Amino acid sequence: MSATAEPLATSATPARTKRARRPGRGPLAWLRRHALSIYATLALIYLFLPIAVVIAFSFNEPKGRFNYTWEGFTLQNWLHPFDVPGIQDAITTSLEIAVIASLAATTMGALIALAIARYQFRGRGLINTLIFLPMTTPEIVMGSSLLTLFLNQGVNTGFGTIVIAHIAFNISYVVVTVKARLAGFDRHLEEAAMDLGANEWVTFRKVTLPLIAPGVISAGLLAFALSIDDFVITYFNSGSTVTFPLFVWGSARVATPPQINVIGSMIFILAVGGMLVNVAVQYQRAKRASATA
Amino acid sequence: MTAIPRTGGLAGLARGRRKRLAPYLLLGPGIAWLIVFFLVPMYYLGTTSLQTGSLEIGYTFNWAWSNYSDAITNYHEQFVRSIEYAGLATIIALLVSYPLAYWIAFRSGRWKNLFLLLVIAPFFVTYLIRTLAWQTILADSGVVVSVLRSLHVLSSDGRLLATSAAVIAGITYNFLPFMVLPLYVSLEQVDERLLDAAHDLYASRVTSFLRVTLPLSLPGVFAGTLLTFIPACGDFINAQLLGTPGQYMIGNVIQSKFLQITDYPQAAAMSFILMAAILIAVTIYTRLLGTERLMG
Repeated sequence: MSATAEPLATSATPARTKRARRPGRGPLAWLRRHALSIYATLALIYLFLPIAVVIAFSFNEPKGRFNYTWEGFTLQNWLHPFDVPGIQDAITTSLEIAVIASLAATTMGALIALAIARYQFRGRGLINTLIFLPMTTPEIVMGSSLLTLFLNQGVNTGFGTIVIAHIAFNISYVVVTVKARLAGFDRHLEEAAMDLGANEWVTFRKVTLPLIAPGVISAGLLAFALSIDDFVITYFNSGSTVTFPLFVWGSARVATPPQINVIGSMIFILAVGGMLVNVAVQYQRAKRASATA
Repeated sequence: MTAIPRTGGLAGLARGRRKRLAPYLLLGPGIAWLIVFFLVPMYYLGTTSLQTGSLEIGYTFNWAWSNYSDAITNYHEQFVRSIEYAGLATIIALLVSYPLAYWIAFRSGRWKNLFLLLVIAPFFVTYLIRTLAWQTILADSGVVVSVLRSLHVLSSDGRLLATSAAVIAGITYNFLPFMVLPLYVSLEQVDERLLDAAHDLYASRVTSFLRVTLPLSLPGVFAGTLLTFIPACGDFINAQLLGTPGQYMIGNVIQSKFLQITDYPQAAAMSFILMAAILIAVTIYTRLLGTERLMG
């Protein structure tokens, strides 16, 4: 069987050069070669179009109550971002709720993830279902069911009920995020610490916590972002408390001050700036690692 | 009695018991929270949906199944529309996201993370502000409408805002990350050596895509479509801001029944029907794709 030797020999040659196509000529061939890149670029433009509009209209000087048509450039909105009655309170409320809810949800969710990752116990399937369900329930069902709970128990909705609701929908996301990080968790490290005389608390602090910290931090950030952006569930359980998304919703009917766009742009720039720094740090670290290797 | 203490004596026994209790102590607070503020509310949603009454005279529980039949007879149009809009938006989102995710996974080289970041970045602008931006883009006085009118794609008084197309486009846009991320994760895991192997066996690019890449990415397609479809079904913001009452979905009805009309029993019944409809749709879909095998 001399034929078998041949494919083996060809597969040894670098596949990259083999897969390269014969370069065609003319605009049609060019289009065919770059179709995917063009498509991806168009998709990215589609993604960023509304963001460009949000940022552009934050510099607008609207004549009427609504910020829908371009009237002229101004820096006033950026110089006085809180110059709209109620907007500062709404942002403060949003931040307070997000901090409390993400801290609580991250603590409880991380503990659940830890239990799932390192222990065998009865009812594991049931627990997994209970964590999975909130993520597959439409927000409107979750928001309205919580409202029926509060109505039936005679609880007045407000700041407290928003916090309760935000913790409830965040726990599942935290569990999933931390669990993904714990997938390769080596229990032997903990056992080694115990064998070397560390008690459970010291083991947790010196071994377990540093191992799960990155997962817990990213879960906390995710919870914070989800909380600060939530509208539907908050809307059902807010009473007379106004968060930033609720403020935007309220203004969409009567007047949309350009300051809304300013705040939106600020959140965007902060979040994306933070993530860019993160990507850059990772990139640098990878480069240094490959340099020392 | 399966846990055998590693060190003998009383201390070892205590450690064994603590070990058995430990997972439940860790689970305790979070699971309790989910039971009290997720499962129990579902029970109250159920009982509320079988009550009659009004805010003035109070509500009484009397097995009022008529809430369900009334909801279906009066609002079947909005139910059907919700499934229809969500389904269309999911398909369009898949068509937009798949090539994008594919490109990032296979063609963006060392800038992968940066492009992934670019895809998620727009969604850090508050949901409502994003949707208001689409209102500006699609407005009658906007550039898009005037270009389409001058090209005679739209008639001289044709509109984009306040149409079904605008609502579906808004839903597609707002739930796009839920589609892109699972697709990217599954495509990123495709072993490139398999593609090389397919090529060595004389498969064309199209064949190797259809026979290797696509089947391997199906779990991502499954997760992405579900994560898009489910929240889209209950959405009411896009219909409210980009449509008219003619485009209202079931979310709009539930929202106004709960918060404006305070007809809680009827609204609760509709929430339950929505959940049941989604459950049925998802079950059928799972059977069709045979995903038990895929997910395992």
